[in-house]
Amino acid sequence: MRALEIDGLDVDLGGRAVLRDVRLHLDRGELVGLLGPNGAGKTTLLRAILALTSTRAGRVLVEGRPSRPGRSEIGYVPQRHEFTWDFPISVEQAVMSGRTGRMGLLRRPGVPDWRSVGDALDRVQLTELRRRPVGELSGGQRQRVLVARALALAPRILLLDEPFTGLDMPTQELLGRLFTSLAGEGHAVLMTTHDLVAAVDTCTRLLLLNGRIIADGHPADLQDAELWTKTFGVSETSPLLKLVRAT
Amino acid sequence: MSITDFLTDLFNPDLAFLPKALAIAVMSSIVCGVVGCYVVLRGMAFIGDAVAHAVFPGIAVAFVLQGSLVLGGAVAGVATALLIAIFSQNRRVKEDSIIGVFLVGAFALGIVIISQAPGYAGSLQQFLFGSITGIPDRDLYVVGGTGLVILGLVLALHKEFVSLCLDREMSRAMGLPVFWLDIVLYVLVTLAVVISLQTIGNILVLALLITPAAAARLLTDRLGVMMLLAPTIGGTSALVGLYLSWSYDTPVGGTIVLVATAIFLAAWLLAPRHGLLTKRMRRCRGRESADVVRSSSVPDLTRPQDPSASLR
Ligand SMILES: Nc1ncnc2c1ncn2[C@@H]1O[C@H](COP(=O)(O)OP(=O)(O)OP(=O)(O)O)[C@@H](O)[C@H]1O
Ligand SMILES: [Mg+2]
Repeated sequence: MRALEIDGLDVDLGGRAVLRDVRLHLDRGELVGLLGPNGAGKTTLLRAILALTSTRAGRVLVEGRPSRPGRSEIGYVPQRHEFTWDFPISVEQAVMSGRTGRMGLLRRPGVPDWRSVGDALDRVQLTELRRRPVGELSGGQRQRVLVARALALAPRILLLDEPFTGLDMPTQELLGRLFTSLAGEGHAVLMTTHDLVAAVDTCTRLLLLNGRIIADGHPADLQDAELWTKTFGVSETSPLLKLVRAT
Repeated sequence: MSITDFLTDLFNPDLAFLPKALAIAVMSSIVCGVVGCYVVLRGMAFIGDAVAHAVFPGIAVAFVLQGSLVLGGAVAGVATALLIAIFSQNRRVKEDSIIGVFLVGAFALGIVIISQAPGYAGSLQQFLFGSITGIPDRDLYVVGGTGLVILGLVLALHKEFVSLCLDREMSRAMGLPVFWLDIVLYVLVTLAVVISLQTIGNILVLALLITPAAAARLLTDRLGVMMLLAPTIGGTSALVGLYLSWSYDTPVGGTIVLVATAIFLAAWLLAPRHGLLTKRMRRCRGRESADVVRSSSVPDLTRPQDPSASLR
């Protein structure tokens, strides 16, 4: 059974077609990069997988069952600006907030909850900062908080929205390695990114998206310049293509 | 007037309205302080404002019909809160303009209704600026009971409210009933506003919601502490404000709010970590011991770490 299977997915937003006939699949052990220009529908696709947006047609199967909100097999790492960073809350409490849905009403965090949070913080190397207010973290540390929050649910599928944006090389490398090792342990990881170098370097497979899936394959198999010009709408002389050829 | 005189007046049977007003002012300030924390952290002050204005026609109707003002205000306020919650789910609608139009309209409606009642000028002033006289005994229980219900719900749903304030998108993904939580939160804000109207008045009630919570936010980076500090600041403001108002014969609502504002300003200047004066003082001291500061403020960069160490 596939971790994720999407077939013939159409999504409209505000009366406009955003996604058309999207089909893709994701298996455990894969780290797949979702690439496309601004407005290509990457975030929309992740939201559709989480059943946060209504779809016009098609189906999204998560581990063989239709997706709905609150399924804890999916861990979601939204873009960093979605989070209220000036909230007076410590790193470990922010990570714990990822378990709110799981705990259920009227429950307080128990020993298993704190253990999951501790493990998640270990994974992203934030254990030493766990009592620090989230407002006093750097961009890279914030991204790690969001990843830890998703990991606190011990999900089998991980969706990451632009985890590398605005991060320096060492932090990108640290996160890239974390995602690779998560995939190695049998997670299915799907991440959107604008960072081609990081994507080609870390991903086992790339999806090129612009309203629909334009290409789907191993980075080495996506050398055809036309795929990239079609996805990103750039000219033949764009530096982007040089980058693709160089990799 | 000395504190002892104030205490004597409090226990003077001829001034029975005074302890009643004090109890209501303190209770409602405490409740507003707690609920205000969410209002401040979520930046939804405008909803407090809208609700405060929208309860006015409800109160006016209750006044004309000689019903319970608290009840009338609550009904109108909750109705408004529901409308706002429904409107604000659709992010494409510019909700603040709708609310702007709507709340002034409601306020106007209230003024027209109340002008139909004989002798309305005095009562109008009472609604707008608060008063400590003429509080029925029943209101004491209504305010106390409502306050307890509000605090109970806050206690029960705190974790969910925090999640909602932190990250709506994630809350949805976790399957939390975001829409219903919004509604409960708005209704709690409304009820907190309504029970405070009596003493503080319609115009100033927003201050009771915002100022203590904002002051508390300046004083701490921990939510739990903030939610204890805010009601403490609110309750203290009510107590001191009422005392000053009684001593110097100033309007009670205004005096309470001024005390809260003074506390806010003090926090802004003197807060332990983020206060304006505190920072300046620390900077002066920091110049003398610059080395110490430099070596302690950047621990992350000086300590080499192996990224793969904990990637099991
Ligand atoms: N709520 C909305 N209502 C209407 N249109 C929307 C809405 N949200 C997004 N869109 C449109 O849907 C398209 C896809 O948006 P989406 O956020 O998925 O792009 P993206 O690939 O994530 O872009 P970026 O790289 O900038 O994050 C865009 O054209 C956008 O304008
Ligand atoms: Mg996006």
